[in-house]
Amino acid sequence: MTKQTALYDCHLQAGATVTEFAGWAMPVRYTSEMGEHLAVRTAAGLFDLSHMGQIRLLGTSAAEMLDTAVVSRVGVLAQGKAKYTLMCSEDGGIVDDLIVYRLADDDFLVIANASNTEAVLTRLEQQARKTPVTVEHCDQRVLLAVQGPRAVSILGQLAEQPFDDQSYYSIRPNRLAGHDVLLARTGYTGEDGFEISGAISDAVHLWEALVQAGSPLGMNPAGLAARDTLRLEAGMPLYGHELTFETSPYEAGLGRVVHLDKQLFTGRDALLKLATVEPKRKLVGLIATEKRIPRAGYEVQDPNSGKGIGWVTSGAPSPSLGYPIAMAYIDATSTAEVVHVDVRGRAAPASVVALPFYRRQKGN
Amino acid sequence: MLTIPDDLHYSEDHEWIRIEGSVATIGLTQYAIDSLGEVVFIDPPAPGRQINAGQTCGEIESTKAVGDITSPATGEVTEVNQGLVDDPTAINAEPYGSGWIYRMKLAAQPEGLMDAAEYRAHIE
Repeated sequence: MTKQTALYDCHLQAGATVTEFAGWAMPVRYTSEMGEHLAVRTAAGLFDLSHMGQIRLLGTSAAEMLDTAVVSRVGVLAQGKAKYTLMCSEDGGIVDDLIVYRLADDDFLVIANASNTEAVLTRLEQQARKTPVTVEHCDQRVLLAVQGPRAVSILGQLAEQPFDDQSYYSIRPNRLAGHDVLLARTGYTGEDGFEISGAISDAVHLWEALVQAGSPLGMNPAGLAARDTLRLEAGMPLYGHELTFETSPYEAGLGRVVHLDKQLFTGRDALLKLATVEPKRKLVGLIATEKRIPRAGYEVQDPNSGKGIGWVTSGAPSPSLGYPIAMAYIDATSTAEVVHVDVRGRAAPASVVALPFYRRQKGN
Repeated sequence: MLTIPDDLHYSEDHEWIRIEGSVATIGLTQYAIDSLGEVVFIDPPAPGRQINAGQTCGEIESTKAVGDITSPATGEVTEVNQGLVDDPTAINAEPYGSGWIYRMKLAAQPEGLMDAAEYRAHIE
């Protein structure tokens, strides 16, 4: 039985095509996925992210406990700050990528991917046993996002407290259209933007207030298809594609979030070993020179020998750049600047590039 | 309400065909295009190619999916809509008009096609 967020009817009213994602009925597009993507880059997009897991950790040793569960040092976060990190297994594989927000000394909010919420909750609950920390799955909360250069102007019409001085990766309580929310300057698009955690009972009012404030400024509701092309352009990994239980942080280019000087956390022993050897594969960007799209699962081949050297993890036409882009794992030893992607039996040439494909203009 | 022009015939694979004597124009129906979403690439059969009814003769790719173009008739490809190849969005805008894919000289009148009413029943 697919779950619906509190905004399901709003999506239908806005003309959404609904798809099943991680057990949730979510809007994949409202009008045009390319149009929604471009709106985020030029004005703003409004996203329903309520399918994601919101987990609250409370208690005097919450920081210490959380530090044993994730690979980054989060106990040192100041109040109101956030960190992108990973939860790894004993073998050093990735259980989920998370954002950890420190709300107070003994109060943390963790946002998990919808597909991994159960796994993350279970591991946190296990880690919390025999400690005074409570782990709460906040399933009576919604999560919305306003992303784009006009996000500040749009939220500025609704926010009671000042917020435009909030730094990237910070969180503060605020009131939007009279409703208490947590406002975080984080996002998954490569644009300026905010993620908004609110009560489920306020969801529809919040959505409608945001639409009313944002539409005149060019804000569109944006679905999962646009969300995927935006994060792909920004070079951001997606769990289940670039990040899996079998992927090490080092292969994914996320070694910087693993703080091996932190003494005790799940996966540390395995990660210590992995950190000392060259990863066998590396995550790269691909730009296709033809129109065919290199898609997840397609083999990447050496252009001279035809030998398989990797596979595509994500691929799509880039609405902002105008050509197909992809991320792929290839042999770490490969120095190829051009590779072939096996697109349904035909070799499609692609240039190997560093990520990201797109960076927003400073001042946006 | 899905557009299904009365003057065309339809295959089970959601191709439409306009037959004018021994010349046929072929495209994909609005139903097929709506399912695909925004089309980004079309690979039609080349002029001069002989194809049989029911044979896969090309490919159409959208942002999220890839579909086959299956010829509804037997004959020789005479013309390809180059404008469409250069700008695939025409097929989303006018699947029955400027979004036509290829033309062929028929070797025989095609069999087993549906008229508009039958096709509507087929997709509903």
